[in-house]
Parts: sequence; structure tokens; C-alpha cells
Amino acid sequence: MTFGCSIAFLLSAALTVAGALAAALLKNLVHCALSLTVTFAGLALLYLQLDAQFAGFAQILVYIGAVAILVVFAILLTRGAGIPEYRGFSSSWLLGLIIAAAIFALFGWAVTKSLPAQITASAAPAITVQSIGAALMSSYVLPLEIVAVLLTVALIGAVIVAMPESRITKSETRTGGGQ
Amino acid sequence: MSQQASFWNNLDQVFVLLQHRIAGYFPVWLQPVVETILAVVGIVAAFPGIFALTTVLERKGLGRMQNRLGPNRVGPLGILQPVADGIKSLTKEDIVPLSADAAVHFLAPVVLVIAVFMGFAVLPIGRNMVLANLDAGLLFFFAIGASTELSIFMAGWSSRNKYSLLGAMRAVAQMISYEVPLLLSSVVAVMITGSLSTVKIVEAQSGFTGIFPHWYVFTPWGFAGFVLFVIAALAETNRSPFDLPEGESELVAGYFTEYSGFKFALFFLGEYLGMFSIAGFAITLFLGGWGAPLSVLEFVPSWAWFFLKLLAAIAFFIWLRGTLPRLRQDQLMNFAWKFMLPMTLLNLVVAGAWRFLGDGWPRWVICSVVLLAAYVLLGRVLMRNQNLGARSYRYAD
Amino acid sequence: MLGEGMLKGLAETAKNFAGSFVSKERMTTVQYPEERIAPIENTRDFPFLVYDGSDAMAGLRCVACQICEKECPPKCIYIVKSTDKKPDFVGKMQIYPTRFDIDISVCMSCQICVEVCPFEAIKMDTEFELSTTDRFGGLLYDREQLSKSNEHYHKIHPTEAAEVDARLAEEKAKAEAKAKAAAEAAAAKAAAAAAAALPKEAPAKEPGA
Repeated sequence: MTFGCSIAFLLSAALTVAGALAAALLKNLVHCALSLTVTFAGLALLYLQLDAQFAGFAQILVYIGAVAILVVFAILLTRGAGIPEYRGFSSSWLLGLIIAAAIFALFGWAVTKSLPAQITASAAPAITVQSIGAALMSSYVLPLEIVAVLLTVALIGAVIVAMPESRITKSETRTGGGQ
Repeated sequence: MSQQASFWNNLDQVFVLLQHRIAGYFPVWLQPVVETILAVVGIVAAFPGIFALTTVLERKGLGRMQNRLGPNRVGPLGILQPVADGIKSLTKEDIVPLSADAAVHFLAPVVLVIAVFMGFAVLPIGRNMVLANLDAGLLFFFAIGASTELSIFMAGWSSRNKYSLLGAMRAVAQMISYEVPLLLSSVVAVMITGSLSTVKIVEAQSGFTGIFPHWYVFTPWGFAGFVLFVIAALAETNRSPFDLPEGESELVAGYFTEYSGFKFALFFLGEYLGMFSIAGFAITLFLGGWGAPLSVLEFVPSWAWFFLKLLAAIAFFIWLRGTLPRLRQDQLMNFAWKFMLPMTLLNLVVAGAWRFLGDGWPRWVICSVVLLAAYVLLGRVLMRNQNLGARSYRYAD
Repeated sequence: MLGEGMLKGLAETAKNFAGSFVSKERMTTVQYPEERIAPIENTRDFPFLVYDGSDAMAGLRCVACQICEKECPPKCIYIVKSTDKKPDFVGKMQIYPTRFDIDISVCMSCQICVEVCPFEAIKMDTEFELSTTDRFGGLLYDREQLSKSNEHYHKIHPTEAAEVDARLAEEKAKAEAKAKAAAEAAAAKAAAAAAAALPKEAPAKEPGA
């Protein structure tokens, strides 16, 4: 329980929490998506403060550059430009609050249990991008390839879902006639 | 001779020395902050200045290419035109549509300008002249570039205007599609250098054989990578011929439509600064950054070379804008996924082969032949299905 | 090959760019208002009234027939006839307009008034820099402002003016010839009348020779 947090940490943490709260409480759906982007930016700042350069920049590149855009595209494609406004609170807010408090207590117990008995200011291992790359190519090459296959499957699936109907029926009739 | 050498050396490092001199007036614990602030002030002063120059050079250059004079009334030869443009955009009424989302409408140009200015932080403008010497500088640059797409979407959506939304959707789709070739074509430079840091990439290109420099653009994979990077960069910054999202004849002004006055000027500034930063990046990755083109010209300051190369790149972009017609959305997308992506992947393989074939002339021949053959074949295959004959009209005689 | 057209296009624009500094045909801009292109002869902007000689009101060709007023599509001409008459170019007494107003903010330069005028009195001018700050009457031209000499007409439309002058001279010559013939016929009639008066006396003088 130490207040030795630096100003930078407090600011980024405040930014993250504010963004998350706004994402949960705002009425306009696209505003929620945009404040989620602020949360992602706050998370990236936290990673950068821990000297995890690759994780921080990858967070910005992937989350802000792709996931946030995906979320807003999904909102727009399913609801159109006229966003109806929702009430901020649902009717079962007490139950939700209890469940959220329980989960938070669980996380807090897990985090404090995993901390060593004495927090020594040891030098953090220098994880450079080079070492991440070397690890990906040597000990983690199988997960890398599986993730690549997964992404390819997702890409092909997206293309098939978005393909115009005529092409699919044409290929179906062709295989049906071949039999 | 050494006095002359030290003069040129001082000229080369003049901004760094100035920075240290001014920071020396402050207490020691404040010095890093002051140095950073001075560097930021330098960037904020220099690049918008180049922006002002570029607007007038572009209009005059485009004019000359189109057999007309550009603006020539304000100041001698029209040089003061950006001042007139600035005053105009500052004094115009700032109209926000009634049904527009005011907060997001206001934030969109702000986010764009912030993201674009941050991209300049990893650009090595001269020897020892980089604002933030990050180990993962390249990754930082591309991450920040991805944030600009978000601001364009914000602009298009918050205007509550069909044309803006359509323009924003097209712009975001275009930018996402071209990000993949952009990153892949820059990876070859990283592969051969062995580091993501922009400073190390420039230093790796600073050697000379005879009088010719070791720039990556003079290698087969480097040349292909440079061409592909420039094409993807043009598409990323919505620059002609990829400017369908903001084409005046298509969508009024696309996602800019509902912006007037200073916010429009901010968008304009953000777009041009994005073009400068990505051109600067292309120079850093492939054209040797602040390095001199011939070893005899090394005495010229490094920052002068960087800005000269930047001006040449800008002139080339203006030349392209004056020449090429606009690409349609589907042509854009086809080009990105069917041509650029395979070429960049092949370029990766060729760069790897270059590295492992060892020094000597065979690797030059093999790599060049493979790339040329792939280019010609791919070009033929893609152009085969197009019926590009003379136009025939159904009801004409 | 892919990209060939682009390179050709780039070469063309480069030629345009470089040529615009040296050759006139690549830089066709005329920097108005310091430089102007001379208008061609068929230029037409707004009408003006032609007068012969040096006195505008005495030599005015217009006879206030009001055909142009009736034919003008936007009705921008307003004519008031005179009560007395003055001689025209052949010497015949004609009425003249005491008021001839054209509102050139309404005029659409269709030239119909010129085409229907039987007296070659109204022609098209070539001046277009007529902006004025007077919002209410500045573009309403009256008879004095509209009258311009035949020399001015020759300067702006030389071929047309030469044709018009030739035609008018021919008419004048025909009219003079007619007048002379009429005078001769009158003289001959007078002589014949005089001769007819004489033979009444002659037969009385010579009854049987």
C-alpha cells in the first residue's frame, strides 16, 4: 500500500478509468466507442511507463487503429447513422453492482496474493523488440503459426460472408450439375 | 583545414548546440524538459512553415503543369498567398450544423493534428537531431498513423451528412487497405538493418563505396520497397490520385464538407503535415535520411540534405497530382489487395534472399530479375481482364 | 506494361511545366486587367445609337419607329416620340426620339433590336467594363449616353460599318436619282403642260394651209 506512484502513472490511470466509465455510462453509442478508444490510449501509456515499448505501440496500432474502427463500423453498419439514445442505467443495476464488486474483490485478492513479500526495486529485465522477435521465431513459433492460420480463416470467412450472392449460387449450381 | 572542417561541423550541429546553450541557462533537473520543449518548438515552427510554402508551390506548380499561372497577386510571385489564406480561414464564420454532434465535430481536427505532430517525433532530421530516439521508432510512427483514421471517421460521422459519412467510410476503408502494403514495404528496411529504430536505419545507410552512398533505394529490393512505400503513402494521406474520399467532383468535399473556417484549415494542415511526415519517413527508410548523395558533398549540413530531399519528395507528389486522374474506389481496393500486397510479400522474400546470398554481383542480378519478372507478370495478369479499347457508345452512329 | 501510361503522362506534364517558362503556347494565360485580348469583330455587348456627322442629336439615325422596343425580349428599351420632325440622311422629315432609355442591367445582348431596325440606327457596342457603384440608375443609359458617332462604329466593327455605309449611300443615291427623275418628270410635265397650252393658239393661226 504505497503512494509512491508517479504523477505520470496517476494521470494515465485516471485517463483509463475515466474513459472506461464514460464508455459504460454515456448515452450515445458512438460516444461510448470513442471513449473506449481513450481507454485503450490510457492502457498504452501504462504499458509504455513499464518500458514495454512493443506492447504499448502494438496496443495503439491494433486497438486504436483497428479494433476501435471495427467497433464503430459495426455500430454504423447495423444501426445506421441515426443512433438512438439509451438510458444510462439498466433496471437491474443493484445486481450488476454486486457482481462487479465480487469480481473486483477476486482480482484484488489474486493480485495481492501474487506480489512477493518484499517489493524490491530490482532492475527490470530488458525486453527489447529484438528479444521478442527472437522468442517468436524460436520458442513461440507454433502459437505464431496457429494465430496466422486463425487470421487467414477469419479473412476468408469475411470475404465469403461479404461476397455477392450470385457468385455463391453460381458455384453451387456448377458443383450440383457436375454430379 | 581543421578550422574549415569544424565550421562545417558546427553548421551541421548548429541546432543541437543552440538547444544545449539555451538549456544551459536552466537548473540541471529542468534541462531535459527544456531541451525537449525546444525541439518541439523547432518542429512546430519548421513544418507548418514548410506547409505554408508547399501550399503556394503546389498551386503554382500545378498551374504551370496545366498551362496557366498560379496565384501571383499577393506578394512578389504570389509568395505571400498562404498569409492571405491564413487570414481568410481565421476570419471565416465557424459553422456547425444544428444536428451535428458538437463535441466530436470539434475534436476531430484536434485529434488529427495531434496525431500527425506526434509522428514527427521519431524522424531524424539531422545528425543527432531526433526528438525521441525510441527503440521501436518505426512501430511508434505506424501506430500514430493508425490514429489518424479514427479522426477522419469522427469527422465524417459527426457531421450527420450522407456525403460526409460516405467520404469517411471510403477514406477509412482506403487507409486500412493500404496500411498493410505500407507496413510490409517498410519491413524490408528493418530486416536488412536489424533494428526498428529510425536513427539506426539512417546510420546503416551512411556508408559510401567510392562516392556512391549505401542508400537502400539503390538496391533492387530497396527500389521496389521505395516505390511501393510511396504509393501506399500517397493512399494513406488521401493524396491524389487516391483522393476519392475528398474529391471535390465526387463528394463535395467528403468528410470535410461541414467544416468551415479554422477547423477546415486544421484539417488541411493535418493532411499536409501527414504527407510531410510520411515523406520524411520514406526518406529515412530508403533515401538515406540526412545522408549526402555523394561522398564529396558530405560537408553540407545533414539537416539541409533532409529538407532538400523532403522538398524533392513534395515536388514529386505535386507532379503526380498534376498528372494522374483519380482512382475509383474499386480500382483502389483492387490495386491494394491484388497488386501491392503480393509485390510487398515477394519483396520480403527477395530481401531475405539478398541477405543470405552474400556479397557480390549474383545477388544483384537474381533479385532484380525476380522482382522485374514478378512485376511484369502481375501487371499482365491484372490488366488482362480489362477491356481497355476505344469507347463505344450504344446509340451513336 | 503496367505503369507505362503513367510515365508518359509524367513526361507530358514535365514538358508542360518546363515549357511554361519559355514558350508562349504552353503558357496561354492573359493577365487581365494588365493585359487584354483584343476583341474580335463580331463581339457584342450592349446596344448604342449611331449618329452621322458631328452633332449627336441632329444626326441621330433613329426615327422612333419603336420596332426595337416591341421586339426586345426582356423589354429593356423605352422610347418617347417627339412631336416635331427633323430631316434624316436623305432629307425626308422624320420624327425622332425625345427619350431613348436602355436598361443594360436587363439587356441580354441578343442583338434582336439591331436585326429588326430598318434604319441602321442601333448597333452593338463592344464595351463590357461597365460596373458602377450607383445601384439605382447607374446602369440605365439615356439617349445622350447611348449616342455614339459613326466613326466609333467604324472603329469597332469596320466591315459591318463599311457595308452599312455602302447601303445607306446607295439608298441615298437612289433617292436622289428618284428625286431627280421626279424633278425631271415634273419639269417635263410642266413643259408638256406649257406645250399643251401652245397648240391651242397655233391651229387658230393656220386654218387652210
